[in-house]
Amino acid sequence: MTRRDAGTLAGLVLLLVGVVILATALGTANVPPLRAMRILWDVLTGNEGDYPAWQRTVLVWVRLPRVLTAALVGGGLALTGAVMQAIFRNPMAEPGIIGVSAGAAFGAVTALYLGATTFSMLLAPTGAFIGALGCTFVVYVLASSGRGRLSVTTLLLSGVAVGSIVSALTSFVLALSLRQWEVGRQMLSWLMGDFEGRSWGHVALVFPLTLVGSVWLALHGRELNLLLTGEESALSLGIDVPALRRNLIVWASLVTAAAVSAVGAIGFVGLIVPHLLRLVMGPDNRRLLPAAFLGGAAFLVVADMVCRLASLSDLRPGVVTSLVGGPFFLYLLIRSRRTWAATV
Amino acid sequence: MAFLELNDVWFEVNGKAIVREVSLSPPPGSFLALIGPNGSGKTTVLRLLAGLLSPTRGTASLEGRDMRQWSRREIARRVAVVPQDTHLDFAFTVRDIVAMGRHAHLGRFQPEGAHDRAVIDQAMAQTDILDLRARLVTELSGGERQRVLIARSLATEAPTILLDEPTASLDVAHALETYELCRRLAREGKTIVMAVHDLNAAARYADRVAVMQGGRCVAQGRPEEVMNERLLAEVFGVQVEMYRSRGGWMSFVFHLGPVATEVAEYPR
Repeated sequence: MTRRDAGTLAGLVLLLVGVVILATALGTANVPPLRAMRILWDVLTGNEGDYPAWQRTVLVWVRLPRVLTAALVGGGLALTGAVMQAIFRNPMAEPGIIGVSAGAAFGAVTALYLGATTFSMLLAPTGAFIGALGCTFVVYVLASSGRGRLSVTTLLLSGVAVGSIVSALTSFVLALSLRQWEVGRQMLSWLMGDFEGRSWGHVALVFPLTLVGSVWLALHGRELNLLLTGEESALSLGIDVPALRRNLIVWASLVTAAAVSAVGAIGFVGLIVPHLLRLVMGPDNRRLLPAAFLGGAAFLVVADMVCRLASLSDLRPGVVTSLVGGPFFLYLLIRSRRTWAATV
Repeated sequence: MAFLELNDVWFEVNGKAIVREVSLSPPPGSFLALIGPNGSGKTTVLRLLAGLLSPTRGTASLEGRDMRQWSRREIARRVAVVPQDTHLDFAFTVRDIVAMGRHAHLGRFQPEGAHDRAVIDQAMAQTDILDLRARLVTELSGGERQRVLIARSLATEAPTILLDEPTASLDVAHALETYELCRRLAREGKTIVMAVHDLNAAARYADRVAVMQGGRCVAQGRPEEVMNERLLAEVFGVQVEMYRSRGGWMSFVFHLGPVATEVAEYPR
């Protein structure tokens, strides 16, 4: 690792810590930012403060879990996006590419249709998690049931096919529920991606898998680099490609499932953050993966903060990330077409 | 004991034999050229030797043990591969790519040590790419990329290197440099196996040649034993004239039809 890369990583750590503090300090409830920082400091050091107790409650029980959920989700999605792009050797790959997001949406919508929220706020995320893993499992089994070896192309295509079938089912369940206004509203809210009312329960749901999975994935940067040079090349350099690919896909799916089940579909974080960082620090996954986690976390915390502070209270993080991500995606498409045209 | 050996190997896809009855054992410390027309099975034989394919009949073995009993990591420390397609999409530096050759020697948490760095530097020196080390592989010419991949195979410290038509996209000077390098490596003790289309180069540089035709290995031996006009004419379906060059090595000129001895009269 060069000094410049170490500097970039250190900068991203500082950026993440900074935006987490800032996002916790800023909000619509009337807590002055400086006092908010002091409350945070007191919480960390275990001091009692001489300010109204409700201010501390707002920070600790409302803002902090929401900000941390956003950070974990953003980090997990950006990291798995980078991993998927390396596995598929495709710049357009994103975390939901093999049906995780579609399955999560179906699971969440089904749980809401069955009246999950009347029991617990955490039942919809649980349904989403089961849907995400179930869908990925089906895609994986379909892709590997062909002649022995798991082909990346088959995986991609069955991901698209199963994803669209599951999305159709999601729309069907949604249509069934539109007459019940409240349930339909919850579903739409989930499908758009939502950080509203995220509690420490959500943090507890996302944290273990995101932490373990991200560390495991980030430790495989060197293998992913070799995979980028092609399957045969990686094999001949000493990598058991089928086993590596299976393990990477399992862990990437678990992290993605944890992320999307906690907050719903958040588009483009997993696509644009790895690309932006690749422009800055090159394709080496040993440094790109940790950088993607830090950058994705900071990006989503800021996107959520913008939504909370914007006077249009209906702005959603998923909308913000897609409004930034969509044009960037198009830019990538146009640029890759241009370089393609230049080489022909 | 033979180091790397194919013993009566068949490789079939959907019941069609791509390679049949091939027995081949590259002699250690020498340069073996695999020659044969397109589709004769040269690349498949290389992939069988590298353990990238498993024989459908017969056995491929490494140090006397069946290839399938070795892990990819263990094979990678013994057999290195220089692929035919040198295209690399991702903007790694030359040194990054060469350093990938060390993968099979490093544990998961183990960074490059002094020995690894020395091996990487030596591999770049041997292939004359030390001054390219910080360049991006996406910006290199075909010949430079080829040398980077040969350097990567040297960085593995594997005693055997398999090369699949490494000179296919090189001009004559770069091609000659590649052959010279391979011969030098063989003199230094490496076992080199190269699939190659240039029969003049095979005759001049290789210690041994193996001739493939229709999936079979139809002849093996020293070039002067094997590469005669009759065999080459039959295997490649061309007419062959053979000369001795001033350096003493064999040289061939090929013709599609019968060798013309007189200038044909222009038809009226």
